[in-house]
Amino acid sequence: MYDYTDFDAAFVAERNRQFREQVERRINGALTEDEFKPLRLMNGLYLQLHAYMLRVAIPYGTLNSRQMRQLAHIAEQWDKGYGHFTTRQNIQFNWPRLRDVPDMLDALAEVNMHAIQTSGNTIRNVTADHFAGAAADEVADPRPVAELIRQWSTDHPEFQFLPRKFKIAVTGSPNDRAVTRAHDIGLQIVDRDGTIGYRVIVGGGLGRTPMIGKVLADFVTQYDLLPYLEAVVSVWNLLGRRDNKYKSRIKITVHEHGIDEIRARVEERFKLIRPSFSGVDVELFERIKAAFAPPALNTADTAAFDAAYAADPVFRSWCDTNLSPHRAPDHAIAQISLKAHGATPGDATAEQMRVMADLAETYGHDELRISHEQNVILPHVHKSDLPAIHAALKEAGLATANIGLISDIIACPGMDYCALATARSIPIAQEIATRFEALKLEHEIGDLKIKISGCINACGHHHVGHIGILGLDRAGVENYQITLGGDHTQTAELGQRTGPGFSADEIVPAIERIVHAYLDYRDSPDEAFLQTYRRIGMGPFKTALYEEAHAHAAQ
Amino acid sequence: MPREFTPKVVTANALLEGDVVYLTADDRWTRHLSEAELITDEAHAQLRLLHGEGQPDHVVGAYLADARQGLDGPEPVHFREEFRRTGPSNYRHGKQAETRDV
Ligand code: HEM
Ligand code: SF4
Repeated sequence: MYDYTDFDAAFVAERNRQFREQVERRINGALTEDEFKPLRLMNGLYLQLHAYMLRVAIPYGTLNSRQMRQLAHIAEQWDKGYGHFTTRQNIQFNWPRLRDVPDMLDALAEVNMHAIQTSGNTIRNVTADHFAGAAADEVADPRPVAELIRQWSTDHPEFQFLPRKFKIAVTGSPNDRAVTRAHDIGLQIVDRDGTIGYRVIVGGGLGRTPMIGKVLADFVTQYDLLPYLEAVVSVWNLLGRRDNKYKSRIKITVHEHGIDEIRARVEERFKLIRPSFSGVDVELFERIKAAFAPPALNTADTAAFDAAYAADPVFRSWCDTNLSPHRAPDHAIAQISLKAHGATPGDATAEQMRVMADLAETYGHDELRISHEQNVILPHVHKSDLPAIHAALKEAGLATANIGLISDIIACPGMDYCALATARSIPIAQEIATRFEALKLEHEIGDLKIKISGCINACGHHHVGHIGILGLDRAGVENYQITLGGDHTQTAELGQRTGPGFSADEIVPAIERIVHAYLDYRDSPDEAFLQTYRRIGMGPFKTALYEEAHAHAAQ
Repeated sequence: MPREFTPKVVTANALLEGDVVYLTADDRWTRHLSEAELITDEAHAQLRLLHGEGQPDHVVGAYLADARQGLDGPEPVHFREEFRRTGPSNYRHGKQAETRDV
């Protein structure tokens, strides 16, 4: 496992010391809120509806057991005993008091964590595939390059006052689990005749004007990567619109100027700055890579697993939904669902955090991952340990077998917490999960991703949900718009709106009608929702949504 | 045509705790909407808002929120203000779990 260098530790300690003084100055009146706000945002501190919120980065979604236990401690000491894992591989604490935040940041620093650049017009926390370093389909671990980018971008003098925030995601696998096509820059590690390089995708993003990223370069070598990225950010830093915050993201710049012009400008800029990169970045990359060396996997036979799988239907069901192939065939990637039916998606209590930390320490090479889908992952577990892991999870209320199913919903905090929200998201997620659990249909339905946002900012990724739900305020009443056919993977697509929205009371029955239409129309149980949608189009779903509802109402 | 003025309360978040507070007629910040001053005059509303904004050492982000007279003092008009005076709907946290006053 990697660790902080002295430089990093000193850097974070200095930041925390500064912030402690800034908080003091705000409280004693030396700083106005207008002066303080950008400072607190730079340190991950927001003011939400009911309280402050501290957003802590979990770079590339990787945590060890000590860090997870510290998060549990922070949740108990300064919050209400739980934390909320978000789509940006962050954890959010919803109830800190202003005076306590410097202590929380110091507690985080003890375990090499911080809240820097989780906010503001900077290059944000770089996200990566949550199966990094473990997946069977991986070309290379995306985390070393994510860390390289973080070091290059943290406090980068040219990039502290960008036109707007800038988000980068990296996948090391052709199967994109990091939503790279919905980021300002998405990187895909590719192997060209034995040489590792990067496909650079630019201009993706969700929010008010959702766009799928476009390929800017098919293959950039390791030597060229940082200068190339720097050229991209520079070009946007100059061209990007600062006059209108709705038009400032790079997706609009790419849209307005066209990908070819952007490419030409990037290449021109690249030629100019390439010589100033002496190769130190590649040496640094090699050092970082060494720090991410894969764990020494244990060997044992898998008889215990096979026996439990054959004998215990509950265990079998959990394995069938929650495990993914590990590059070592006798190992598995185990996903821990934070989506128990009726629970708040992404929330974990301090107690649950400790259970997960213990499991990682005992069985998982001390590694945990947080996915953008708001679940926790044990990336390297030997199959023979799975029965014990499952039993421990069951006891902690963490053994829900629903990964990838209809109740594994992404939901942003929405109007239950977020000051920007136009409607709630969490209760809608809770009701959908509870409803389909009652119907006992979700395993029958199979792979179906519902994503819910509580406003147009789209933190819940609704545009790329197979079924997306967007909560709006229509004349003072919560109203939910549905989109269908979104896809967050390598075949990314934006969902299409079905038509008029539904009230909070109508939305769950509406989702039910969509799902029943799918079950009626699918070729076979092997045809997943998205495939059926792509085959038959919007029409039948619209009919089910609007005309059948009408027919029922008229009866 | 100018829109008719609808009743308002001055609300904000407390600087230290971050929770929702309302301005009372006797210049206190209360945690209870029912104790807030319901303002029915537009010019007075602007004065009261200025008064709220003038206390950055106590509160953050003061604004005028629509409210109406209820049986027990002012009540929210919009659902956002209903959540602000109650707390989140997924846990019994926030105001709904507390009764203390400033
Ligand atoms: C936790 C995983 C981390 C690892 C593995 C890591 C590793 C490294 C390494 C190897 C260096 C190069 C030091 C040298 O060559 O002298 C470095 C530098 C740097 N790190 Fe970290 N670091 C981590 C966390 C952080 C954090 C939390 C921050 C701050 C937010 C940070 C910011 C930086 C910066 C700005 C530099 C550049 C220093 C310079 O200008 O030379 N790193 N880090
Ligand atoms: S999508 Fe809107 S409501 Fe949801 S967290 Fe983001 S800003 Fe808040």
